[in-house]
Amino acid sequence: MARALINIPAKAKRGQVIEIKTLISHIMESGFRHSTVGAAIPRDIITSFTCTYNGEEIFRAELFPAIAANPFLTFSTVATESGTLEFKWTGDNGFSTSETATITVE
Amino acid sequence: MKEQREWSTTRRSLLLAAGALAVGAGGGGAEAQTFVRPPAGTADAMQTAIRKVVGEAEVKKGKVKLDVPPLSENGNTVACSVEVDSPMTPKDYVKAIHIFTEKNPQPNVVSVHLGPRAGRAAFATRIRLADTQTITAIAELSDGTFWSDSADVIITLGACLED
Repeated sequence: MARALINIPAKAKRGQVIEIKTLISHIMESGFRHSTVGAAIPRDIITSFTCTYNGEEIFRAELFPAIAANPFLTFSTVATESGTLEFKWTGDNGFSTSETATITVE
Repeated sequence: MKEQREWSTTRRSLLLAAGALAVGAGGGGAEAQTFVRPPAGTADAMQTAIRKVVGEAEVKKGKVKLDVPPLSENGNTVACSVEVDSPMTPKDYVKAIHIFTEKNPQPNVVSVHLGPRAGRAAFATRIRLADTQTITAIAELSDGTFWSDSADVIITLGACLED
């Protein structure tokens, strides 16, 4: 289970645009590198990230090998209602991790 | 300390590669291929990748603001952010933002999909750059138009060469 960090404000006013920051630990092996003996190192990256807000998708990203190790993504959303944001990362070799965060909207 | 160990591994890998090259030159053939740079991308490859996304549509300059540092010492992590000038209302919003590079082995970097619920058409991430090059961000709006911005980045030490 990869370690993921989520940063969102705990409270927001209705209609306010909030910033969401996510970071997950992952080597993001590009598949273009070679080992010390010249063997190609197979690709191992996170290919997809989705964020849902109370079940509705608000942000989705397709990641390629050119994303740096430990993918960091910042994006924003409108705080519409109190609830849960779910973050899901999937990738090569069956990699799958999810994380949730709650927000109170006044 | 860990950093140091990585450096020494690198030096060893270079020596090994040099040895392999010498053997390859003597034996003439496959061994010479052991230490290889990843194939550098070309402007054509980037154009093909862009065409795959935009189709036949015209890509106009403007609306998009791609923010990357003009000079970066390490290509392994380059902070990169994109902001698109859009009201982000249900009728007029940014559907997707794509980033492409010219000289990375693969031109695609990231594609993000947004909607009116994003509030702001902006995102930030950290990318890898193999070489000094031009990177391009393209935004797809809800009305079907495409807008772009490019930025030149100087990279002192490229990504994906060694560990």
